[in-house]
Amino acid sequence: MSIETTHSHDESHDDHHDHAPSGFLDRWLFTTNHKDIGTLYLVFSLLMFFIGGSMAMIIRAELFMPGLQLVEPDFFNQMTTMHALIMVFGAVMPAWVGFANWMIPMMIGAPDMALPRMNNWSFWILPFAFTMLLSTLFMDSGGPAAGWTLYPPLSLQGGQSFAFVVFAVHMMGISSIMGSINVIATILNMRAPGMTLLKMPLFVWTWLITAFLLIAVMPVLAGAVTMLLTDHFFGTSFFNAAGGGDPVMFQHIFWFFGHPEVYIMILPAFGVVSEIIPTFARKPLFGYTAMVYATASIAFLSFIVWAHHMFTVGMPLTGELFFMYATMLIAVPTGVKVFNWVSTMWRGSMTFETPMLFAIGFVVLFTIGGLSGLMLAIAAVDLQYHDTYFVVAHFHYVLVPGAVFALMAGTYYWLPKWTGHMYSEKWGKIHFWVSTISVNILFFPQHYLGLAGMPRRIPDYSTQFADFNMISSIGGFIFGASQLIFVGVIVHCVYKSRKAATAQVWEGARGLEWTLSSPPPYHSFNTPPPINASTVAHADEAH
Amino acid sequence: MNTNSPQAGRTSHRKLVRKLVLLAVGMFGFGFAMWPLYNVFCDLTGLGGRGVKVAESAGDVQKSDRHVKIRFDATVNSGLPWVFEAKDKSSWVTLGEMTEAWYLAMNPADQAIAGHAIYNVTPPEASLYFVKTECFCFTEQVLQANETKEMPVYYFIQPDLPEHIKEITLSYTFYRDENSTAVAQAAGSDSSPE
Repeated sequence: MSIETTHSHDESHDDHHDHAPSGFLDRWLFTTNHKDIGTLYLVFSLLMFFIGGSMAMIIRAELFMPGLQLVEPDFFNQMTTMHALIMVFGAVMPAWVGFANWMIPMMIGAPDMALPRMNNWSFWILPFAFTMLLSTLFMDSGGPAAGWTLYPPLSLQGGQSFAFVVFAVHMMGISSIMGSINVIATILNMRAPGMTLLKMPLFVWTWLITAFLLIAVMPVLAGAVTMLLTDHFFGTSFFNAAGGGDPVMFQHIFWFFGHPEVYIMILPAFGVVSEIIPTFARKPLFGYTAMVYATASIAFLSFIVWAHHMFTVGMPLTGELFFMYATMLIAVPTGVKVFNWVSTMWRGSMTFETPMLFAIGFVVLFTIGGLSGLMLAIAAVDLQYHDTYFVVAHFHYVLVPGAVFALMAGTYYWLPKWTGHMYSEKWGKIHFWVSTISVNILFFPQHYLGLAGMPRRIPDYSTQFADFNMISSIGGFIFGASQLIFVGVIVHCVYKSRKAATAQVWEGARGLEWTLSSPPPYHSFNTPPPINASTVAHADEAH
Repeated sequence: MNTNSPQAGRTSHRKLVRKLVLLAVGMFGFGFAMWPLYNVFCDLTGLGGRGVKVAESAGDVQKSDRHVKIRFDATVNSGLPWVFEAKDKSSWVTLGEMTEAWYLAMNPADQAIAGHAIYNVTPPEASLYFVKTECFCFTEQVLQANETKEMPVYYFIQPDLPEHIKEITLSYTFYRDENSTAVAQAAGSDSSPE
């Protein structure tokens, strides 16, 4: 297909720069190119998604029947802990940084990220961090087994390998902070002339806010795990009651990080969905500015709701009420977003290509997770739900058919742009339907298990929970297997697909990235592109 | 708005990055600042039930004719092989009146062990009106092999205790004191208390 765009001639004089380095090490290890680093992040997070996913398979296999069949309880605890750490810090977060790397410069008309060498460094820290984290599984004292929240005193009762966990968390934190600094510097300093803040695509907006959240809370987590480290190895008593410390304080510090952290994982998802739905509804995004302010409000509220994770620690009534009402308040900006997506689709000329299917799946299933979150926000009933499978069902609904579906939607949406080839629409749709059906078989029964009182993080359960657990495990195995389709579709698209993608790719797609060829040149936008109504993603609603 | 061309980048990046790094370092410090801040906050609000005051004596505190029930709770951390309990499970006290309560600790091991008691008061709000003049939790306690020890708490409840509080629980948990100098120096060099 021809790739005639308004400024392809701008790139032509750069053609001799336009080739990636040919050596493997030069291309991947020493790269400072935002597209290469984006690819590295995405491949890394896909690998972590499968490692964390295999741990989930072990968990679901053990929970297939009551009793202990496959693994020792201590190993089961290591699996739940590692599954969470890897999925949160290794799969979802790096995947979003990968999207940021690939898309933000192309969406704002910048030639690259602001700090390319730091960009290389922030990626290459990650493989070392996760090698360290995973290596604890092979050590005498085993991996961390106290849950990803690392609550003392339990987390301090682990063995010497705990130091590796702490340092791995430090490295992930440094990587995230550097990545965020890069994103902020790129967005604030590198926008093409005319690309004002309120003309930016929503994905860029959500990432700008996410990056500030990351810089604000990752250091707090680093501080918390450092205190655990010194309590464990150097005799301090930050969280040791015997020495005058308070284990509950750890929970406060952890969730001061932890609640913004859940929005760090979901805000870029909101951004991606806000790009995809207008494209396939062939209508401008409804309420662009409202979306921006809703994102900012959610980010602000995320700092004052942390103790809703701790309703059972024995807080004063006023504390419980404050955190309950503040938490419920988050439903307002989130509701604004959901209604805006629905309004965008309303009376649109919708088509249902794979990215749109995943985006709609996201809106429906994320909303289920949001509503179970509202149930958990009610302090009085949380005393019953706390630490049960209801909580597990809630956060998996917002994370799997929430954040992960948005990642998949984004992958299908931009994969033709990245590779220059169309993926197999048929297999993409099969992947969507199998995933969506199985993810509900997997997580929906867990609501009932939780309401009936099944506690989380326990390898065995009472026999009345048997049927729902078996259903959930079967859903889990199907969901796990169906992700192999995802890999198949990507590999086929990258290496085998004969169907070239146009620059525009999707009929209704708008925004700067679609003015570039597919695949885009190795260096794009060396000259800032013109910003006008035809190149702005959400122009019609911005004013 | 504030759009710079890519060429103008370097210096403005540096300024912005400096601010962002400062923010990150500041938030790292904030994590640690939570420790003193949390303690101050707990002392002021009684959160955690640790707002108990220490006084030399009851002084001229006004006695009131109000009574509250005090429950006594005793727990031993799993790292310490002691038996530890309250002599009485509960008692009625008059607000403003100096009262004593006794706890019993027994060391069944055949070596001296040091322990340290940590307390809290429930409801936490009540801890702000709880005043101790003497308590075995103020110092490290050493129990010789097979020794049993009676340990007192002298306390009073301030008469301005809010009306809705009718019952207060005073709870102690004994932890092993690994770094005790008294036990390390020599077995049996410790004299009995009081």
